[in-house]
Amino acid sequence: MDNFCWVYDANTISGDVSLKNMFKKIKHYLKSLTLYELIIGLGLTGRYFFSKKITIQYPEERTPQSPRFRGLHALRRYPNGEERCIACKLCEAVCPAMAITIKSEMREDNTRRTTQYDIDLTKCIFCGFCEESCPVDSIVETRILDYHGEERGDLVYTKEMLLKVGDKYEDQIAKDRKEEESYR
Amino acid sequence: MLMENIFTQLPEIFSTTLWTILKIMAIVIPLMISVAYLTYFERRVIGFMQGRLGPNRVGYFGLLQPIADALKLMFKEIIHPTKSNNFLFLLAPVLTIAPAFAAWAVIPFDAELVLSDINAGLLYVLAMTSIAVYGVIIAGWASNSKYAFLGSLRSAAQIVSYEIAMGFTLVGVLMCANSLNLGEIVIGQSGGILQWYIWPLFPLFIIYFISAVAETNRAPFDVAEGESEIVAGFHVEYSGMAFAVFFLAEYANMILVSMLAALMFLGGWLSPFDFFPDGIVWLLLKVAFLLFFFLWFRATFPRYRYDQIMRLGWKIFIPITIFWIIFVGFMMQTPYREMFH
Repeated sequence: MDNFCWVYDANTISGDVSLKNMFKKIKHYLKSLTLYELIIGLGLTGRYFFSKKITIQYPEERTPQSPRFRGLHALRRYPNGEERCIACKLCEAVCPAMAITIKSEMREDNTRRTTQYDIDLTKCIFCGFCEESCPVDSIVETRILDYHGEERGDLVYTKEMLLKVGDKYEDQIAKDRKEEESYR
Repeated sequence: MLMENIFTQLPEIFSTTLWTILKIMAIVIPLMISVAYLTYFERRVIGFMQGRLGPNRVGYFGLLQPIADALKLMFKEIIHPTKSNNFLFLLAPVLTIAPAFAAWAVIPFDAELVLSDINAGLLYVLAMTSIAVYGVIIAGWASNSKYAFLGSLRSAAQIVSYEIAMGFTLVGVLMCANSLNLGEIVIGQSGGILQWYIWPLFPLFIIYFISAVAETNRAPFDVAEGESEIVAGFHVEYSGMAFAVFFLAEYANMILVSMLAALMFLGGWLSPFDFFPDGIVWLLLKVAFLLFFFLWFRATFPRYRYDQIMRLGWKIFIPITIFWIIFVGFMMQTPYREMFH
């Protein structure tokens, strides 16, 4: 049997030549020869040619971001300039990627402070657990997503670097925390 | 003035050679530029049809993109696969592009503007486009790669099959024009849009155009490079300039077959209405219009299966063309013969 059937139904396969079947065949031939379905397809793409383009031209245009966006980390300070982190090491404990390294000691005013607070961003999976676990809202994830390192080790952020990020974007960070306050 | 002096002082054989080379340059250089910008428009048009923007970063509206691409390809290394036949490996791109350019020798751009006005122009073009298949076969064989080999086998079978249908459609044009000379075929269509051969030979025009798409290995007939099955077909192993030459040949062939369609069915340089003057502008507009369809097809149709391609070529196109040729021959014996001249 020919492995190609013009019309896929039981009649064709059994070789039945009823009138109904013949009309079906003729219709099928006409449809193929006038390229009916191909023209429908061309019409569809032709319409899309004039449609609105949805490309977002990235450096100039950006997609909207949620206030919960989890990007680059930052360490925050209180308004009086005192760093928030009390070296409780909850973030270090909760971090599933073990990207956080903390060392602490007692400062002259008898408070516990970190001497080292490193986040290895090449390990970090941006889950946001550190931020959730922080009792003093010190470690946060900002909206920054386009940063890079040029050499090996550039993406291990130290305490100074994280504090700097926090200082620079404090307004935005505080605004986002305020907006999300009622859900936490 | 200076040019004239040079030509009168040189012996005749040199001056004619020099003059011919200049004329060849006047065809090839604009052709290369059109090929470069055809790739740009292809990316833009397909992008637009997919709701994207396409390249728009290099230069205004991305207009320098093809130049950036060409520079990149020029500086890339040409990798020779181990155990490939080096001589044939490098010969294949040359064999692909040479006929693609050579066929342009007989294309009349205007009543006077033709490099060589030979009588069997149409046969020459057919011969040249057929030779292009050797480049593909040799590329596939010399690469020493199974994907390249499969691609070249598919391509060879496909080009050979569709050449027959294409040749038959041209027989229809010959019957109407009574000439193999491309210039005379165009002049036979003078007298406004209704005299163009597309009207009496409409089915042949459609079949010619579809065969042309198949002949140039373009989507939806691009099984020769079918990236989802055989990686990139006959040019998997090519990189750098050798790859660019294949690319150039494919697009030059696209422009060539569109040019032939415009000359044979759409009245070439003749204007569609009597009150506009004839000229090369019309030819270029018609070619651009047809080329847009190549891009449109690529954005619309999914790739044919291999057996479907063969069935379409052998069992549908060839019978229809033969029927229409006989029909045209029959009509020429009736009082309606004026419609077919």
